[in-house]
Amino acid sequence: MNAIKAEHLTKRYKDLTAVDSLDLTVEHGELLSLLGVNGAGKTTTMKMLSCILAPTSGDAFLNGHSIVSDAAEVKRLIGVSPQETAVAPNLTVEENLKLMCGVHGFSKEKRERKTAELAQRFQLSPILKKRAGKLSGGWQRRLSIAMALIGEPEIVFLDEPTLGLDVLARSELWDTIRSLKGNTTMILTTHSMEEAEALSDRVGIMRNGKLLMVGTVEELKSRAGTDRFEEAFIALVKGEKK
Amino acid sequence: MKMRAFAIRNAKEILRDPLSMIFSLGFPLVLLLLLTSIQANIPVDLFEIQELTPGIAIFGLSFITLFSATLISKDRESALLQRLYTTPLSPADFIFGYVLPLLPIAAAQSLVCYAAAVILGLPLTIRILYAVAMILPVSTLYISLGLLCGSVLNAKQVSGICGALFINLSAWLSGTWFDLDLAGGAFKRIAYALPFAHAVELERCLLNQDHSSLFSHLPWVLGYAAGTTLLAVFLFLRQMKKQ
Repeated sequence: MNAIKAEHLTKRYKDLTAVDSLDLTVEHGELLSLLGVNGAGKTTTMKMLSCILAPTSGDAFLNGHSIVSDAAEVKRLIGVSPQETAVAPNLTVEENLKLMCGVHGFSKEKRERKTAELAQRFQLSPILKKRAGKLSGGWQRRLSIAMALIGEPEIVFLDEPTLGLDVLARSELWDTIRSLKGNTTMILTTHSMEEAEALSDRVGIMRNGKLLMVGTVEELKSRAGTDRFEEAFIALVKGEKK
Repeated sequence: MKMRAFAIRNAKEILRDPLSMIFSLGFPLVLLLLLTSIQANIPVDLFEIQELTPGIAIFGLSFITLFSATLISKDRESALLQRLYTTPLSPADFIFGYVLPLLPIAAAQSLVCYAAAVILGLPLTIRILYAVAMILPVSTLYISLGLLCGSVLNAKQVSGICGALFINLSAWLSGTWFDLDLAGGAFKRIAYALPFAHAVELERCLLNQDHSSLFSHLPWVLGYAAGTTLLAVFLFLRQMKKQ
């Protein structure tokens, strides 16, 4: 059984088809990056897969559970880090982490353990008592990602996770993402070719709501006839081959 | 358990905002002191402490509407609510999580108001306790109005509509600042077709032991509270689906 299987997943607004009959499978423990220019449909796809947006038609199954008819079960499996930083500003870092433990129904002992574990992993320990709203953008993003992972999700959606992070923080987050690979299934959207190349098992390229192609970085480069991934991406989106 | 975690977060967000505390507790207290001083110099029946305090207690609740509307609209605009929509929290968890923390805040607010009135000369009787207890069902009207506004308005609109328009209109139409009989005509009819004047009268009945009039005001307040709550829940769930 695939971790994620989307079948003709479609989202239409009045006169715009944001995602057009998307078919996609992601294996357990795999990291799939979705690439595309702005408005390609990456975030809409993520929102449908994470039950924030209802599809207009089609369906997707996460560990066999439908996002349309079994959203409650899907929500038990997933962790989401939205594109914008999603923290409670008047709560401290520690309270934000514990809030997420609470909404997942963790016991007090587990709440304490997971908070300490995530604080250590994301180096949040020195700022545990600081209010999230007072942190810099980079620290807020770190906290936001820690909040996505604290519920022990089997499937994680990371929407432009390194946006606003400095080089060091980005490198540390990449290491964290790499450490999750194999056990946790991840879908990541990014505009950074370097990030997609460094982290992805496979890359999906979207344009105008359609999934143009999916493959490993090497397969995509070979298909575009170039050694540079950025060139390959541009060529494939423009429909050119060298 | 899940709802509790969300409710605690909401209570902290409100209580840690100093402006919330200044307006919800400070402003009604300043008005109580000011109007009591005026009453001491130029006696007006409406500003006698047993008439004024229920009006101020109800006026304070309009700030609860502002708090709940502001919190929900800000949450909607931030990605936090989006994140929470992807967790196992159910729609009922969200609604109760927003409503329940505001009930003790409303009760505490009215308790402070009545305590200040006692210092200013209101006789200390068991009836004050009845009046504070009645604040709880009345506050569901004001809280659900906040849920309703927060579900359909953005944070900027909330500050204009709930922060200025609603607080003033509900106060004028409550019969706290002036006698509605003096305004008369359409104004009085509109005021008594809405729940705010009935809420003030209800508190006055309890405080002044006028049990005969109690049941002519209670259905208005409870009816509006139930209707507003249903509409607020519908609109909240609709915006949740729209996300």
